Amino acid sequence: MPSALPIADPAPSDGALPASARLGVEERDLGVYLHVPFCRVRCGYCDFNTYTATELRGVTREDYASQAIAELELASRVLGGFPRRVASTVFFGGGTPTLLPARDLVRMLDGVRSSLGIAEGAEVTTEANPDSVDPEYLATLAAGGFTRVSFGMQSAVPHVLATLDRTHDPERIPLVVRWAREAGLQVSLDLIYGTPGESLDDWRRSLEQAIAQRPDHISAYALIVEQGTKLARRVAHGELAAPDDDLQADFYELADELLSSAGYEWYEVSNWSTGPATRSRHNTAYWTGQDWWGVGPGAHSHVGGVRWWNAKHPAAYAQRLAEGLSPAVGRETLDAEARQLETVLLGSRIREGLPLELVPEREGVAALIADGLVEGASAVNGRLVLTRRGRLLADAVVRAITPGRT
Amino acid sequence: MGEWRVMSPRSAAPLQPAATDPSRIRNFCIIAHIDHGKSTLADRMLQITGVVSDRDMRAQYLDRMDIERERGITIKSQAVRMPWSVDGGTYALNMIDTPGHVDFTYEVSRSLAACEGAILLVDAAQGIEAQTLANLYLALENDLEIIPVLNKIDLPAADPDKYARELAQLIGGDPEDVMRVSGKTGVGVEELLDRVVERIPAPVGDASAAPRAMIFDSVYDSYRGVVTYVRMIDGSLNPRERIQMMSTKAVHDILEIGVSSPEPTPSQGLGVGEVGYLITGVKDVRQSKVGDTVTTAAKPATQALEGYTDPLPMVFSGIYPIDGGDYPDLRDALDKLKLSDAALQYEPETSVALGFGFRCGFLGLLHLEIVTERLRREFDLDLITTAPSVIYEVTTEDKKTVVVTNPSEYPTGKIASVSEPIVSASILAPKDYVGAIMDLCQTRRGTMRSMDYLGEDRVELKYTLPLGEIVFDFFDQLKSRTQGYASLDYEPAGQQEADLVKVDILLQGEQVDAFSAIVHKDKAYAYGVLMTGRLRELIPRQQFEVPIQAAIGARIIARESIRAMRKDVLAKCYGGDITRKRKLLEKQKEGKKRMKMVGRVEVPQEAFIAALSGDVESKDKAKK
Repeated sequence: MPSALPIADPAPSDGALPASARLGVEERDLGVYLHVPFCRVRCGYCDFNTYTATELRGVTREDYASQAIAELELASRVLGGFPRRVASTVFFGGGTPTLLPARDLVRMLDGVRSSLGIAEGAEVTTEANPDSVDPEYLATLAAGGFTRVSFGMQSAVPHVLATLDRTHDPERIPLVVRWAREAGLQVSLDLIYGTPGESLDDWRRSLEQAIAQRPDHISAYALIVEQGTKLARRVAHGELAAPDDDLQADFYELADELLSSAGYEWYEVSNWSTGPATRSRHNTAYWTGQDWWGVGPGAHSHVGGVRWWNAKHPAAYAQRLAEGLSPAVGRETLDAEARQLETVLLGSRIREGLPLELVPEREGVAALIADGLVEGASAVNGRLVLTRRGRLLADAVVRAITPGRT
Repeated sequence: MGEWRVMSPRSAAPLQPAATDPSRIRNFCIIAHIDHGKSTLADRMLQITGVVSDRDMRAQYLDRMDIERERGITIKSQAVRMPWSVDGGTYALNMIDTPGHVDFTYEVSRSLAACEGAILLVDAAQGIEAQTLANLYLALENDLEIIPVLNKIDLPAADPDKYARELAQLIGGDPEDVMRVSGKTGVGVEELLDRVVERIPAPVGDASAAPRAMIFDSVYDSYRGVVTYVRMIDGSLNPRERIQMMSTKAVHDILEIGVSSPEPTPSQGLGVGEVGYLITGVKDVRQSKVGDTVTTAAKPATQALEGYTDPLPMVFSGIYPIDGGDYPDLRDALDKLKLSDAALQYEPETSVALGFGFRCGFLGLLHLEIVTERLRREFDLDLITTAPSVIYEVTTEDKKTVVVTNPSEYPTGKIASVSEPIVSASILAPKDYVGAIMDLCQTRRGTMRSMDYLGEDRVELKYTLPLGEIVFDFFDQLKSRTQGYASLDYEPAGQQEADLVKVDILLQGEQVDAFSAIVHKDKAYAYGVLMTGRLRELIPRQQFEVPIQAAIGARIIARESIRAMRKDVLAKCYGGDITRKRKLLEKQKEGKKRMKMVGRVEVPQEAFIAALSGDVESKDKAKK
């Protein structure tokens, strides 16, 4: 079951934005996220907004590209009153975007181009399942304007993949990475650690396998047992052990160790790349408070301190668009306090860190340096940057440097 | 309620107060253990004598406060005047209700001093208990005529023959003389009232002497101010007279004088031997102290009645609001309770762990429990109380003696000696539990003084015990080791020197005041291990390792440590996660506000509360 949407204000049916969203718009980039809410099977750990064929209540995958394009046209209308900005990044996520034919993804990307425009040299990424791509598929994407592909590798160890319900063959990873490179695409690999039953050696093997492919970029995420998932039920029944925070910390430290010695530098808590040029520009936009329009069921958007989110089910989403309405079902306009907290919680996660003048409670910083959670040298130079231990305790750091809400 | 007999009052023409010959007066009380049915019997008497109609009958009429009714404990005594006729003669019976617990021994003794006789009421299924025995001794010391009565004879488990023999053996006499009643059904109650008239002597006093009345109770009423209950010894008191309290010489005007029957009924005064109430408009029970002698300003007595003492607190505890914002409400509540509770003492206190609160003095543990319960219930306050402490006298090497009622007052530096209060305790239990009781008393540093058989299978054990060893958890332990059969009574028995030390608990080197305790040297290690272990379970992991130590002075006697937390970060934080993530942090920060800081260590208030109460659940489990 996908996780619940936040509780907030209703969104206007025409998607119109308040005047406040326009403030400082010239200084912000615009990104586009396209959500593809389909999967062949649902993985036991996953609480993303995605649906298998039997859960679609009459909606078909074939119609999806047209619906997404309809929302892009709405985006173009809503943003039409703003100074014109073209998209500097586009990201297709899911679900499993590659469950759609390559030409559908390209058609949607064309939709972005014709509605909002795409900047010269834009980063265009899609997530991909190692199962569902071949050389031709990847070549079609590259020809259509895609620049980057992110494969859901998760693990190189069969019993770990099995616990995660991942169906791909780990042997396929070197193959798909090679095909992507041959198509001229940048490559990222996603890994998950802390799966029940996974040992530190299992994890080392996965990391070494991933590094051996020499991708441009690696993400590594601690497994979270989300409420309502099959995994959560299995843990509740005692079938599987709940992930242990200390063990996950060990896994994280091993990842950072191996990745940095292999030449990958961390640039966000869970992300490493071969250098500044290969970081995910799209994801960086989330952490630096840029604007983005999220297209598709359950997708979240942010423009100038206004966050909104769409109807979750593909059927409800399609229906609203068919009626000429905005698919947004809730939104919130951040007040100064909420914006400050977001700036701190997002900014402290990245390698550039947070300018100290944006830290609300600076008197807490010295103790964090003493505890080895914040880099002393960076702090002296005016930025709060987390150490490896600090990254593992990023939430505690944020609580220590922000005031309680009054 | 059970099926009561149809009552036929034998009390056609009640005698008028202030005009009743002392020979027509009978003053008595009922001595009974909690649960042995005193209040139910009193209810039946009120009904049978016609002072309360069946319709108005409220179960356990005499116990006013909710807590008393729920616990079946009478805290505040009162007196009720009931008419009763025997052989054509009409009498006024004054039933004086006595508190039934060890904490209120002084009040009991004053109630007994107001009587000429006592009904010794014992549950026919359980036999006599230690507290009852203690009060029986007090009654005999006051030369009261004792009427032994077995109650609850309607119960299937009742064994009246056995307990009649036990009672007869105890007070002398024939088992046949032990009366058998059921307060529930009313069986035997009329005969009992007849026997009160027959056996209990009439009061004797000098009607023409300067008035002297003994205060045996003093109750605060929010509408009428303090209601003072008195027993006239000599002379009389009249409406609108000016009275004088002999201990303080304070003078008050009588606004109302009367008797309870059982509602307050104004009268033309009170004469020799009579029992009634006075209202003078004072607002604080401290101005009308139990045991004091009331006389008149116009014709003052020169000699006060014997037996007056000020109530002295024996047990001390810190009381803190769980929500610091409730501190002013707690202060107001204590100010109000003080009006009706002359023994309650308190002063402001500050604790690192618990914030602002009050150091309070109590007569004993039950008194402490009653006060905190009333604060919770009547004033709707959420409270935490620190471990109870007693009064220690600590002498330093430079020969200075410090009275310590709170571990924080314990002197630093070299200690020459420490003296602690001791009590003389009497424990009654079936003989099978003697071993278990001796074990318990042994671990509490008790010294056995005697062991006597009481009846066929019950034993009375007498021990000298340090008060500090019984204020915490002793009674519960006694009950659980004897399957609830043992009963306990104790009275102060002076001071003794003992090898006592103060154990402090340190979190990351910072002392947590609420956990300091004065304990015997042999138990210091166990206390240290217990508290450091509890805190390790209860305090959440921090971003750094937190040592927890128990120390005597500078010497560490036990240590634990809370390992540093290693992971507290959400792995994924992309577009759709941000709102959820921010809300989660806001919630966590709300929680942080309720944290107490000990140095840099954030401790949830609940952890302190749980550690103090012993309610330790692992923090990992608590998280779920």
